[in-house]
Amino acid sequence: MLKIDNLHASVEGNEILRGISLTVNAGEVHAIMGPNGSGKSTLARVIAGHQDYEVTAGEVLFDGQSLLELEPEERAWAGVFMAFQYPIEIPGVNNAYFLKAALNAQRKARGEDELDAMEFMSLIRGRIRDLDMDPALLNRPVNEGFSGGEKKRNEILQMAVLSPKLAILDETDSGLDIDALRIVANGVNALRSPERAIIVVTHYQRLLNYIVPDFVHVLSDGRIVRSGGKELALELEERGYSWIEAETRPAAVVA
Amino acid sequence: MSGVQTHTGTASHYGRLRERVGRHEPAWLTDFRDRSLGRFEDLGFPLGSDEEWRFTPVGAIAETPFGPADVPNEDDIQAALARALYGSADFAQLVFVNGMFRSDLSDINGLPRSVEVGSLRNACQSHSDIVRANLGAVASGGPSFTSLNGALMDDGAFIHLPAGVLVDRPIHIAHVSLSGDSPIGVHPRSLVIVGEGSSAVIVESFHGAGDMPYLTNGVFEAVVGPNAGLEHYRLQMEAESAYHVGRTAVRLARDARYTSHSVAFGAAISRHDLGAVLGGENGVCTFNGLYMGDRRQLLDSHTVIDHATPHCESHELYKGILNGHAHGVFNGKVFVRKDAQKTDAKQTNQALLLSDTARIDSKPQLEIFADDVRCTHGATVGQLDADSLFYLRSRGISLEDARSVLIHAFASDIIDRMSLAEIRSQLEGVLLASLPKTSTAFWEMAE
Repeated sequence: MLKIDNLHASVEGNEILRGISLTVNAGEVHAIMGPNGSGKSTLARVIAGHQDYEVTAGEVLFDGQSLLELEPEERAWAGVFMAFQYPIEIPGVNNAYFLKAALNAQRKARGEDELDAMEFMSLIRGRIRDLDMDPALLNRPVNEGFSGGEKKRNEILQMAVLSPKLAILDETDSGLDIDALRIVANGVNALRSPERAIIVVTHYQRLLNYIVPDFVHVLSDGRIVRSGGKELALELEERGYSWIEAETRPAAVVA
Repeated sequence: MSGVQTHTGTASHYGRLRERVGRHEPAWLTDFRDRSLGRFEDLGFPLGSDEEWRFTPVGAIAETPFGPADVPNEDDIQAALARALYGSADFAQLVFVNGMFRSDLSDINGLPRSVEVGSLRNACQSHSDIVRANLGAVASGGPSFTSLNGALMDDGAFIHLPAGVLVDRPIHIAHVSLSGDSPIGVHPRSLVIVGEGSSAVIVESFHGAGDMPYLTNGVFEAVVGPNAGLEHYRLQMEAESAYHVGRTAVRLARDARYTSHSVAFGAAISRHDLGAVLGGENGVCTFNGLYMGDRRQLLDSHTVIDHATPHCESHELYKGILNGHAHGVFNGKVFVRKDAQKTDAKQTNQALLLSDTARIDSKPQLEIFADDVRCTHGATVGQLDADSLFYLRSRGISLEDARSVLIHAFASDIIDRMSLAEIRSQLEGVLLASLPKTSTAFWEMAE
């Protein structure tokens, strides 16, 4: 479904991604781990099409189509969704209207009928309950004044409603207490299906106790330095990142 | 820089016009007009060297010989009124066409009997004492345009609430200007007196039509008595051919409340001077402003809040949306006099520039002579927020829709502060019409 080949990306002239290659198939859950500054969030944002990043080399194919040539909204229409590490507050834009407009924009782009207000509300009512979210948040401006946990739940609500083919969670666990983490993880697990792929970007192994990945990749200095199964996350939890960084550091520098 | 610059030849034009108006008026009014003309002739039209007019050149106004208005044909009047009036709303209305009161188009039924509402020209005769005592008393000094208005003033509203009357029914003062074959100048003048403990809601609107340039030079004066309240909407929706100059001057007594919702959407050049004096303790003054310009429009808002007494509050929020080559000017003065301790004043101006060629000149001016006060001001100018745009787009909303949604949200912040639903929905309509239509319904209720 997603094929990343030798991806290089920079921000303001600084190269952050230095040749990432990664294949994610439908039905799989991949975890991207790594220390701060390793490029995890950059990878997520480049896939989503954030304007601050310049791709200098490489290719990202999504269902065979080049993602890098698409505008952010076109990537969403194709089925890409990123849950933001820091969801944006948008004063004056009603949360429910926003979500309904987003869903209908995607449905329209795919040639599907738009949902009316009634159909939309019946679609999201159950999702809100599952996420243990205060329904009043729907009638507030998008993310404005939401607590950290409320913002993350709102991201997962959007994901559940938009039902993407590829969901990327950018440090969704940061700032969540253990109960909120469990609820958010349940929301993500409910979306696991043979047709869908999920990429979980996280610094800590903790989230992976709840969202168990099929593959774990460790990023360091803009490259994937190790890939393995879910046991790799446990090993990182135990030993930290330094041993991998030491092992992968070029010999000349070690000497 | 050039040397001395004057707008010549205009004073005599307006002197001749002065001779044509007010022939059968009381002597005190003749005197008022003559004094006003004298001041206008002394000052002349403002020049670019005048700090208050630095960004707003009025050469085009000074050099156009705006003459007296014709009587337009009734079809044109009806067409203009269809846009200006709130057909279904329960508003009392006073209609002025090219500065002339049209009692046949007005409706002042449903107001409490003790409230006096009508034409100011008539009130100069019928309520001579009260008009004489107040006319020009609040709108004293000011730009020379105020004096030009005093010299040539046409008609406008006279609204007088005695003590202890709460008027729920909004009173709409509709000014409609229809230019004919030559440029016309209209000088509307309104006087509002709200007695102790009374309250009123007044909607002042300016509409126009015609390709020929016309000048609207209006003055609105209000005295808000002790513990009284006035909510004042001022909707400048002139034709593109218009030059609009307006002065609003308000004086608040103790415990009084005044709220201004001032909207500027129309005209080629628009200048509004809004001033309130907090003349008694515990007064509260709120200024909400929204200006929206495109093409080569120039929209200038000058505001003054004068904290002359202690324990008063003022809240000011102005927002501007500028596209094309439009130019916005905001100048907000807040004076806190030496005795005005415990003043609480907050001022914010925000401008959104939607094109590289749009421009804003924003100047907050706080002059504080008391020491125990809380005064804040802030100004932001910028484009639409890139992170907000990306967030909306990442959810599948197109760039064009995302822009419309964010512009709408920016302006709604002001519109949502208005208590009259009819005005909110009218302005919402104007706003949405000015934005590219979104491809999916964004503002429909999701109940």
